[in-house]
Amino acid sequence: MSEAAAPAANTSKRSASLPEIFAEFLLIGAISFGGGVVAYLRDGLVRKKNWFDDKEFLELTAISNTLPGLNATNIAILAGDRLAGTLGAAAALIAMCLPAFAFMTLAGIVYSQHAARPLAAAALRGVAAAATGLLAATWFKIGKKSLSGVYDAFFVLAAVLGVNYFKLGVPLTLLIVGTLAIATYRPRRTRETHRETEDEWIRSLH
Amino acid sequence: MDQVPALVRVFAYLSLLTIGGGMAAFPEMKVLVVGVHHWLTSDQLTHVYSTGQMSPGPNMMMVAEVGQLVAGLPGAIACALAFFVPTGILTFGVGRLWRRLDHWPWRASIQRGLGSVAIGLAVAGLITFGKTAIGGWVTVVLAALTFLAVVYTKINPVFFILGGGVVGIILLR
Repeated sequence: MSEAAAPAANTSKRSASLPEIFAEFLLIGAISFGGGVVAYLRDGLVRKKNWFDDKEFLELTAISNTLPGLNATNIAILAGDRLAGTLGAAAALIAMCLPAFAFMTLAGIVYSQHAARPLAAAALRGVAAAATGLLAATWFKIGKKSLSGVYDAFFVLAAVLGVNYFKLGVPLTLLIVGTLAIATYRPRRTRETHRETEDEWIRSLH
Repeated sequence: MDQVPALVRVFAYLSLLTIGGGMAAFPEMKVLVVGVHHWLTSDQLTHVYSTGQMSPGPNMMMVAEVGQLVAGLPGAIACALAFFVPTGILTFGVGRLWRRLDHWPWRASIQRGLGSVAIGLAVAGLITFGKTAIGGWVTVVLAALTFLAVVYTKINPVFFILGGGVVGIILLR
């Protein structure tokens, strides 16, 4: 992929060839066991490959956080685009997803053949219980880092009640509480405070 | 195979709800996958979601396992594409506009506001998840120990999930 083929979006100081991008994201996609893919991405893209500096990586993380879609795949797309344009984004996304796709498809084949066995059913109940603890811990850590003040507490509670108590469904709850939250934080303050919050959040990954 | 169009519709829709992460979409996923389409039981969906936590890469690739169970390999491919491509295109577009959006004051408001809502939706998803995953004291203790271990140690959580499976074999038969 030559520099000429990369469009204006390529604002990164460096560029990379498609095979390089594919190989790096395939590696990250294959070794990032245990969640926290963002930390693996930072290790690979910032520390090892030196494709981005911390500031730029932070910007990619901020965009990914605000949009639907997972951080892991969103960062892959944004990073790939900056390194080699549209094809770079596609290569990064595909490479990031391939190992997980193979893992989960195989898991489905194994599951459909063995899940009914008592031993497998018992193991899966244990796995589900441990996964509950892991998911709770993951969100506890994110909440501790990024929530502050009475308003935040109210929005968290409102979202929980909307989905679990009033049974409004996720889309309607998101629409109502989301609108309320964005209106509450409507433009007033300087942007610097948010930047600091993001900085802390990215540091907390390590 | 005849379920593939429905799988694509459902998972493309669900992908738009993954604000802040996949957990936010879980309650809606349960409604559609278990309630509306009867593709999986509540227990099966919980198992598949838990398996996703052991996978490398994006954990939400568990959608491919749902597709695999409903319609084989074509189902797995359809679910993965439906879930990751539409939001991927959105991210790609917004990523290119971002520099211009940086001076748009509402951008920070959206980021700040959606941050707390995303956590609320994740907690809601977690409660929905726990209703199926937790039952009996062994599962309560297992979840609590895993929570403490993940919060207070630096050990890779995948080992705790695997350990949960071993405890399950011993104590939950």
